[in-house]
Amino acid sequence: MAKIIVVTSGKGGVGKTTSSAAIGTGIALKGHKTVIIDFDVGLRNLDLIMGCERRVVYDFVNVINKEATLSQALIKDKRTKDLFILPASQTRDKDALTIEGVQWVLEELAKEFDYIICDSPAGIEKGAQMALYFADAAIVVTNPEVSSVRDSDRILGILQSKSKRAEEGKEPIEEYLLLTRYHPGRVASGEMLSVSDVEDILAIPLLGVIPESEAVLKASNQGTPVILDSESEAGLAYMDAVDRLMGEERPLRFLEVQKKGFIKRLLGG
Amino acid sequence: MGIFDYFKSKNAPSSASVAKDRLQIIVAHERSKRYQPDYLPQMQQEIIDVIRKYVDIGSEDVQIQLDNTDDCSVLELNVTLPEQN
Repeated sequence: MAKIIVVTSGKGGVGKTTSSAAIGTGIALKGHKTVIIDFDVGLRNLDLIMGCERRVVYDFVNVINKEATLSQALIKDKRTKDLFILPASQTRDKDALTIEGVQWVLEELAKEFDYIICDSPAGIEKGAQMALYFADAAIVVTNPEVSSVRDSDRILGILQSKSKRAEEGKEPIEEYLLLTRYHPGRVASGEMLSVSDVEDILAIPLLGVIPESEAVLKASNQGTPVILDSESEAGLAYMDAVDRLMGEERPLRFLEVQKKGFIKRLLGG
Repeated sequence: MGIFDYFKSKNAPSSASVAKDRLQIIVAHERSKRYQPDYLPQMQQEIIDVIRKYVDIGSEDVQIQLDNTDDCSVLELNVTLPEQN
């Protein structure tokens, strides 16, 4: 049985696609056959973050409409074994995804894959609801900032009422908090909500905290998931999050303010 | 941070704690609304209309709240009547 994990947030621009790419890659690195699906119909972006934009021929909607087979549309990642990407369609037709079509594709994928990562579009409308409908687990990507936290709470409400598991009265979706763009220095000076503040408000288990890092932009510039940058704090923090997702214990790190050395301060680094 | 900021920031709550307080209030409010039945707003409007036939009240003078406990739901209706002259 494949495990379906939705990466969602409500608010846009908090790091859903970056996180989907990183976590999908991390799970595949552990030897599980993984596919990441871009649910953002109309605004395809996962392919760019994964660096496979020039290899897109067919997409998710083509498969649903039976214009292409799944194996034609799936893109095999060149760097990571056991990792595939199913790109979003760029059609402007908002109703291109149907619940029956999505269900059929997920059932087909479940025959071959261990993990199916659904990269949700922003918002709480149909597209986001489609991405989370069949999920077994949800990673709620949140920035330590008021509007993001509020929107995360809204999406938690939708996970608890509008998902297949909720509608059928089954075991609820597992919910995990992934706090991204965390700035320990600003938290220390009282300018930013802390991990425990956000945990208090949302009251769901913490999967990880990704520090604000230059490595994230650098990785997206290059089309490489940031988790492959094991020199960067963000990459290591994502790896920790994947380990926790797999049930391993990992202490939180990169939450302390790093003291700059005298020379570094002098040079303004 | 200048020397004056240092003295100023002693008493005022940090902006992060203001953010947390605001979030806790709005999130609690939105969660309570999330579980209310769809008919509640319309029922509230109709109750207001009935009371208005007899007393001059505004829509903000009626508060309706539905509380769910384990085995029963309590509908709380709070009407503020205008002062009598």
